[in-house]
Amino acid sequence: MAMTETPLDVAAIKKDFPLLEVEVHGKRITYLDSAATSQKPEAVLDTLDRYYRTINANVHRGVYHIAEEATQAMEAARDKVRGFIGAESAHEVIFVRNATEAINLVAHSWGRTNLREGDVVVLTQLEHHANIVPWHLLAAERGIELRWVPVTPDGQLDLGILEPLLDGARLFAFTAMSNVTGALTPVRRLVDAAHAAGALALVDACQYVPHNPTDVQSMDADFVAFSAHKLCGPTGIGALWGRAELLEAMPPFLGGGEMIRDVRLDGFTPNELPWKFEAGTPAIAEAIGFGAAVDYLDRLGMVNVRRHEMALTDYALRTLGERFGERLTIHGPSDTAVRGGVLSLALADLHPHDVAQVLDQEGVCVRAGHHCAKPLMRVLGVSATARASLYVYNDEADVDTLADALDAALDFFAL
Amino acid sequence: MPGLEDLYREIILDHYRNPRNRGELPVPPAHRAEGFNPLCGDEIVVYLLVADGVVADIRIGGQGCSISQSSASMMSSAVKGRTVEEARDLVRAFKAMMSIHESSIGGDGTEADHDGEELPEVPLGDLEALRGVVKFPVRIKCATLSWNTLVQGLDELAAESS
Repeated sequence: MAMTETPLDVAAIKKDFPLLEVEVHGKRITYLDSAATSQKPEAVLDTLDRYYRTINANVHRGVYHIAEEATQAMEAARDKVRGFIGAESAHEVIFVRNATEAINLVAHSWGRTNLREGDVVVLTQLEHHANIVPWHLLAAERGIELRWVPVTPDGQLDLGILEPLLDGARLFAFTAMSNVTGALTPVRRLVDAAHAAGALALVDACQYVPHNPTDVQSMDADFVAFSAHKLCGPTGIGALWGRAELLEAMPPFLGGGEMIRDVRLDGFTPNELPWKFEAGTPAIAEAIGFGAAVDYLDRLGMVNVRRHEMALTDYALRTLGERFGERLTIHGPSDTAVRGGVLSLALADLHPHDVAQVLDQEGVCVRAGHHCAKPLMRVLGVSATARASLYVYNDEADVDTLADALDAALDFFAL
Repeated sequence: MPGLEDLYREIILDHYRNPRNRGELPVPPAHRAEGFNPLCGDEIVVYLLVADGVVADIRIGGQGCSISQSSASMMSSAVKGRTVEEARDLVRAFKAMMSIHESSIGGDGTEADHDGEELPEVPLGDLEALRGVVKFPVRIKCATLSWNTLVQGLDELAAESS
């Protein structure tokens, strides 16, 4: 088997992830579900453990030593995340639970303040439910109008009618990378089109940031949302980056401690950024673990990560195409220049649930279902797919194991 | 650890490959009930023709995995020609077989209705083949989808006639 060129030492990387040693059904696990959540390296696990064992204390409150250390570690993590996405100021990096909460924050705070009945928000048919339902909620509450950028048969955005769709819009909220087809969208072009129409641009970068070098300034977006758990970090933490002047003008999202400067019987004064949006005790350990995760990816180099995934995706598309021919449909664009390592598969007439069940017996972890993108599934004409997704710890052997397991599924159902 | 053969018994695969009572019935006189599995996006449509308290005819539409499709096929064969009361007894017996894990994975609460209640003695016949599904908790929802949709259809019919 010809080795593809990868700038990453995947054999060494695999050793950083203890979960990849786990066996199920007597077989070493082949983890191909990183689009759902990534595995965590020792460096992140150690950071979480060390936090709880040595500096666990509430932040921004105590004057004692470990409280200072916890506060500093959390704010240092915020600055690491800032650097990772090329943001100008750490005050523009709001810690949230995940990308879903980030988008809800914008819909709730910016949306309810700025949108009136009849105002237009433009979305795309590629979106995850996280970037659909918050706007449906706002549509029900405020009577805003939702418009949809259509999708081509190979699962990319169809930009033919973008300008008329954006005409009069207040916000364009779109994904940078589809969690179903892996399609990368032309972020800068979309942001420019939004701004030209007088709309703000919100980028759902949940699938993008873990796999691509990210620079929110060159994106020129207004809001960027992503989660830590898809980029080797803990669950329960993510970030909303927003332009400072927008965030300054927005009212708080949740109310409580931490987000206030003063509370009186007749009202309150909100805290400054970013804490204005961080009510209550934050996910301190998770935030610090988030910082350790971006450190880990920085050491690998995001340019290398992207190159590795392009090479491996190309290998997967070729290998699976050669082995299964017309019996296997891989949704999404065939050119790895415009797609990430997300492979939504349809195998013969087999239902994805049944495929995933057989794969599980072979130790292969894939996601079966609608991937929280039902409008897109309807466009693709399927109710579900089996989705294999690649990351830094996957190699050609993992793709070969997947192909063998798909063969086993065809055998089992005698197709 | 359970193997694939515990889940995919031969009779299940037979119903999957050769589904019984597949298709539609004209509405009205038939009643149409629609069920969704939010987990995987499966959709099932049950067409029910009930006359004089008997399930005179039934058809299954929609699409889903082998477990949901075969369970729907077996369900249609099992209830066709039975009285509504017999069909409901069969549903209770089937769901009792399936309910071992369902509440622990976020059942919708309707599973609890047999608790503390004397279960009817209903022979399950071929449906026994689906017993292995309980070893695969995430697939229980697949097996019960058509049964929940049947109950929904019967309830809607009862509400209409009352």
